[in-house]
Amino acid sequence: MDFNDTPTEATYRAKAHEFLASHAPSKKLPQQALASQLSQVELLKAAKTWQSLKADHGFACITWPKEFGGPGGSAMESVIFAQEEEQFDIPLGIFQVSLGICMPTVIKLGREDVKQRFVKPALRGEEIWCQLFSEPAAGSDLAGIRTRAVKDNDEWVINGQKVWTSNAHISDFGLLLARSDPTVRKHQGMTMFWVDMKTPGIEVRPIHQISGKSGFNEVFFTDVRIPDSQRISEVSGGWKAALSTLATERLAIGGAKGADYEELIDLALKTPSGDQSVMQDAVFRQKLADWYVNAEGVRLTRLRAMTALSRGETPGPESSIGKFIMAAQLQDLSDYAMDLQDQYGIINDDERSPLAAAFQKGWLKAPGSRIAGGTDEILLNVIAERVLGLPSEVRVDKDKPFNDLPLGR
Amino acid sequence: MNFDYSEEQKLLQQEARKFLTDNSDCAAVRRILNHAEKSFDDTLWSSVAELGWLGAIIPECYGGLGLDATDLCAISEELGRAITPIPFSSTVYLFTQALLLAGSEEQCTSLLPKIAEGNLIGCLATSEGPGVRTIEARVERGQLNGLKLPVTDGDIADFAIVLASDTRGCSLYLADLRAGGVQASPLATLDPSRGAAELKFSNTPVERLGDAGNGHMLVQQIFDRAAIFIAFEQIGGSDAVLEMARDYALERYAFGRPIGSFQAIKHRIANMYVRNQIARSNCYYGAWALEAQSAELPKAAAAARVSANEAFRFSAKESIEVFGGIGTTWEADCHLFYRRAKQLALAVGPTAVWRERLATELERVTTPTV
Repeated sequence: MDFNDTPTEATYRAKAHEFLASHAPSKKLPQQALASQLSQVELLKAAKTWQSLKADHGFACITWPKEFGGPGGSAMESVIFAQEEEQFDIPLGIFQVSLGICMPTVIKLGREDVKQRFVKPALRGEEIWCQLFSEPAAGSDLAGIRTRAVKDNDEWVINGQKVWTSNAHISDFGLLLARSDPTVRKHQGMTMFWVDMKTPGIEVRPIHQISGKSGFNEVFFTDVRIPDSQRISEVSGGWKAALSTLATERLAIGGAKGADYEELIDLALKTPSGDQSVMQDAVFRQKLADWYVNAEGVRLTRLRAMTALSRGETPGPESSIGKFIMAAQLQDLSDYAMDLQDQYGIINDDERSPLAAAFQKGWLKAPGSRIAGGTDEILLNVIAERVLGLPSEVRVDKDKPFNDLPLGR
Repeated sequence: MNFDYSEEQKLLQQEARKFLTDNSDCAAVRRILNHAEKSFDDTLWSSVAELGWLGAIIPECYGGLGLDATDLCAISEELGRAITPIPFSSTVYLFTQALLLAGSEEQCTSLLPKIAEGNLIGCLATSEGPGVRTIEARVERGQLNGLKLPVTDGDIADFAIVLASDTRGCSLYLADLRAGGVQASPLATLDPSRGAAELKFSNTPVERLGDAGNGHMLVQQIFDRAAIFIAFEQIGGSDAVLEMARDYALERYAFGRPIGSFQAIKHRIANMYVRNQIARSNCYYGAWALEAQSAELPKAAAAARVSANEAFRFSAKESIEVFGGIGTTWEADCHLFYRRAKQLALAVGPTAVWRERLATELERVTTPTV
């Protein structure tokens, strides 16, 4: 076993590092990072500038073939670049849905003229896409969507509501899944379209989250008319298309970023406990060990996946455990870190709270992390069914027309 | 980046699995479990010696195969899968490691070839009773007096390495258990497929192993190394018991469907998988640290130990829950894993001790931010 790059990988890493070092500032403390210094508008501008610079130097969408503007690199190169990029203060994540989820679907299923028109501007960050899938009544059970698409001559009329749409407020276009035929079984009556977010009848409202932030939106469709040429899937072929989108989503959604064991040790060393620091507390040390083992286990599991990539193999299913473990850990560890601060823990203030309120922020973010990109329960189902070969849950809605399904609330 | 077994190691592992499937199934474990007078499978022990596994990490100059630590890890994983009833961990992970770490040339030359041939069973005797206590076994003028218990495989071992106090504090001593002056009394244990004894030393002639006064430090170094190999046995056992529960959940029907289609059962088994993967990754890092003789070895060993203890503990206990009532019977194989999981979890000290050790290592390498 070794952790060294192959000579080719090392050359690529050096090239990536050289590019980053000459164009990006190195990483700072969270409270001094670009993301907390710039307004949302400035941040978006900075992100777009960075994306186009990456595209100019062949570091955007590294695995994409040349015909779509990518450098046609390997999955390993993509991982190496991401590792290097993490060391710099760059507004990351804005293009994750656009390039990690939407464009692969457009490339796979879109008409030739659609690909020609959209892929390159998206890659350069000039245009941003969002994913209009989830609905108030269709989260884990995505095939339960109710947004209607009704054919009217050569047009479709869309009515309904989407929710949890990341970046909808800054997006130019969206990938829309809608119900085109409610008289057939639920998985059969869906169709996928692309929409211009400026189309009349589309209204975007930000969702105010527990954390105080608004990373998601509700998107309302009222008599939105789109031409049939904006159809991405076959009529009623939407579910198959959505599955291919979701497969790339699982790869694109990473861990649950937030304060972890290193920050916890930092806090413990600074927090008094009688004559000593909390670091000397036996209960603290027991808990710390378990959290370290989990975080390190997830990090090392990623290295196992990288090993597979490096050998030209597909990583095994073990990579699916990362988000499941780390989201729960973010919640428990943050919770305990605030306990360590005693009564002071209720203060949520960047200036007064230890580590710029990293644990207070983590605690407020964690419930969402446990749900986004697959709830704990869905992820365990995925492991049970796809890895361990256990049967799926009995589905009582499978053989009935969508119209006949009970609605609940 | 190569954070996985190599192709050769995968082959070695496959061969080990095939051999153990044919020669040491659960029925073989039961033959030891059900017979009070037999505490290990001597036929399997001879076969394992013939395969060279006992001398896997013994250098060729001492009659071993001179393989890498990770090669042995691949074998350990399979020994753990098969919950083999042989004194492998005592002899190879503890006794051999102690000799390799601290043995004199003469001690290595006289003992290691016998281990590799399968003609010497070794054990390590550190414990004297519940809890952490002052070592009372004492060596004076080359003679050992005192009581050690439990000593895993002490009932069948030929030699023991004993932690004893002396004029310099605590040191390790090598005792020939066949030379007289030692009384070995078998103990009733949690996992009768792995024997243990009380060893009573009365003026037993011993020779020192390693530097005087270094006993505790050496034990810790031996434990660090053994913990990694044992952790591989644990992930092997934990995977095996997970598969057993999975297979049962597919075959057992209740309420008109396989119980494995209920999320309550699926999630229980999926959680076993998650813990096994966390442990496996930590174990691989331990193997790397061992092979690379990294300064991170104590930390890596503790992380492998803590995660593997927890993984096997969890899957062994939860698999009985998946089996339901039948899982609590002597006839079902669940308890073989339940017993072995606890036996291994206590072997070189419990989880809490290793968590503390891990915290010490983390504290040592951290400097607070300003």
